[in-house]
Amino acid sequence: MIEVIGLTKQYGSTTAVDDLSFTVTPGTVTGFLGPNGAGKSTTMRMILGLDNPTRGKALIFGEPYAHLSKPLTKVGSLLDANWIHPNRSARSHLRFMAASNKIGVKRVDEVLDIVGLSSVATKAAGKFSLGMKQRLGLAGALLGDPQVLLFDEPVNGLDPEGIYWIRTFMKNLATQGRTVLVSSHLLSEMALTADHLIVIGRGKLIANSSTADFIARSTRTSVRVRSPQLAELRTALTDAGLVVTDLDGALEVTEAPIERIGDIAGNAGLTLHELSAQAGSLEEAFIQLTGDSLEYGTSRAGAVPAPGPNQGYPPPGYGAPQGYPAPGFAPPQGHPAPQGYPAAQGYPPAIGAPPGGYQNPGSPTPSPSTGGDPR
Amino acid sequence: MTLINVERIKLFSTRSPYWCLIAIVVAALGFATLFGLIESGRAAITYLVLRGTSLGMSIFMVLAALSITTEYRFGTIRNTFLAAPRRPTVLLAKTVLIAVLGLVVGTIVALAAFYLAKGLAQSPLVPMELNSGDDWRQVLGYGPLFAIAGIIAVAVGAIVRQSAGAVAILLLWPLLIESLFTLIPTVGEKVGPWLPFAAADKWVAPSSSISDLFQSSNTGPTPIQGLLVFAGWALVLWLVALVLLQRRDA
Repeated sequence: MIEVIGLTKQYGSTTAVDDLSFTVTPGTVTGFLGPNGAGKSTTMRMILGLDNPTRGKALIFGEPYAHLSKPLTKVGSLLDANWIHPNRSARSHLRFMAASNKIGVKRVDEVLDIVGLSSVATKAAGKFSLGMKQRLGLAGALLGDPQVLLFDEPVNGLDPEGIYWIRTFMKNLATQGRTVLVSSHLLSEMALTADHLIVIGRGKLIANSSTADFIARSTRTSVRVRSPQLAELRTALTDAGLVVTDLDGALEVTEAPIERIGDIAGNAGLTLHELSAQAGSLEEAFIQLTGDSLEYGTSRAGAVPAPGPNQGYPPPGYGAPQGYPAPGFAPPQGHPAPQGYPAAQGYPPAIGAPPGGYQNPGSPTPSPSTGGDPR
Repeated sequence: MTLINVERIKLFSTRSPYWCLIAIVVAALGFATLFGLIESGRAAITYLVLRGTSLGMSIFMVLAALSITTEYRFGTIRNTFLAAPRRPTVLLAKTVLIAVLGLVVGTIVALAAFYLAKGLAQSPLVPMELNSGDDWRQVLGYGPLFAIAGIIAVAVGAIVRQSAGAVAILLLWPLLIESLFTLIPTVGEKVGPWLPFAAADKWVAPSSSISDLFQSSNTGPTPIQGLLVFAGWALVLWLVALVLLQRRDA
C-alpha cells in the first residue's frame, strides 16, 4: 500500500513533480506511465526517501519510508540496476544489504537462486551484462520478502527473453497479493504488465484508471473496408448516414458497428475485400494524452498526431504493433502484428517528430539504462 | 552494531582498501628501513623514523575518503540508504569503523616501523628507547592520529561526494595549503601551527630539547593541545557532513 499525497519536487525554478496524489493498492501490478522526464523516477525516489520532497509526502503502510524499521523486509525496490560497485561480487553486494536488515546469508543464496545468478554469485558485478544486473537488482528487491515492490523501467535495455521473464515475474508477485508499482515510458509494455495505470506528464497526474478503461477511453475505434467498387461503397455508406474517410485504396468508417457496415455492403450487393476493426494504437492514445506535457517534445504541434487517415498508426521508432485487436491482448512488443498496413501508407511527416522527443539524449534520468533506445 | 558490520562488509569486499593498507605498510616500513640503514642509522630518531608512518596516514585518509566517495560514484549509497534510511546512523557507523581501523593500523604500523628502525640502526645518535611517556607518545600517538584523520577524510568525502576532489583536498591540504599558510607574514606564524595537520604533527613530535632541531619556533600547541585541535577540526567537519547528508538528495 503506497500513498502519495500532494507530492511536489522543485529543482530551482523547474517543477519535476507537481502536486501528485495517488494510491497504489495490493494484489495488482500498477503501471506508472509517462514520457521520459515526466517525473517518474523522481517520484519513486521520493517514495523511497532518497530525495526530499519540496512539499507533500509519500507513505508506505501509513509511514514515510525513512520511519520504517528494517525497510527491506517491507519494501523492495529496483530503481537502477547500475547501482553496484563494479569490483564487488554479486553475493557481497546482497550480503551487505541483507546484513543491514538482519536478513540471514541463507536468504542471499535463496534470492540468487530465484533470479538465476547462483553460478556467478562470486563474480564481480561490474562484469555483468545489463540483463544480469537487472536480475541482481531484482534479487536485492526480493531479499526481505517485501509486500511492496517498486521497479523503475525494469525492462529497459533487455532482450525479449529478459523482458518476458521480468514481466512474468512482476505478475507473479502481484498474484501473491503484493503491491507492485512499475514505471515505464512504453504504454505497449504496460498494457501487457499492468492492471492499473497511473499516467503522468510533466510531473502532473494525467490519468489514474484501470488499464482496460484507459485504453478504451483513449483510443478511437474505426472500421476499415476495401472493395473493388469503392465509389459505390462510399455512396452506400454515406447514404446510410455514416462518417466515411478516404484512405489510399480503402475507406475508414468511424463510430459504426462493423456488422452494420457489412450489412450495408451486402444489401447493396457490393464485393468486399476487407472489413476489419481498427483500434487506435496505445502509443497514439498515450501521445494524445501526454503530448501537451512532453517535456522534450520537438514541438507541441508535432507531438499530437494529425487526426484522420493516420488513425491507428504508431509513430516510427516504436516496435509496437499497430491496430490492437482489443485492449488487454496484444502481441509482445517488437513482434509485428499479423495485420497491418504497408509501411509507406498514410505516414504523415509530422508524426516523425514525437519519437525524436521521446528519445532525446538530454533526458534528465540519471542512468544510461533508462534511455529511450533499448540498446 | 549491525550497521558497523554492514560497513565492514562493504569496505572489505572491494579491492582498493587492501591496496591502500599495503601502501601504508610499505611507506611506513620503507622509511624506517632507510633511516635504520643509511649511515648506520645515525639519523634514526623516532620522530624522523616515523615520517613514513605520517605519509601512511595520508594514504589512510585516501582509503577513508574512498569508502564513501565510491558509494556516490557507483550509486551504492542509495542501496545503503534504502536499507538503512536513517542517514546519521549510516555516517556514524562508517565513521566508527574507519576510526577503529585507523586506531589499529596506526598503532601497529608505528610500532612496527619503530622496532624495525631500532633493530637496523647500529649507531644511532640518540638510543631509540621507549622509556618516558614522551617516547611512547611519539610512537603510539599515531593510533589516535590515524583514527582522527580517518574521521576527517570520511567527512570530507561525504561533503565533496567525489573521489578525485576529496583525495585532492586531503592530500593538498596538509602538504601544500598549510605550509603555504605559514608563509603569510604575522598571521601565518601565529595561526599556522593551529591548522589541523600542523597541530596533529605536534602530537607525535618530541617535546624535549631536541625538538628545537626540527622546529623553528616553539609557538603553537603543546602535544595534547595539538591532538585536541586535530580532533576539534574533525568534529566540526563531521557535523557539517552530517547536516549536508541529511539535507541533500542521495
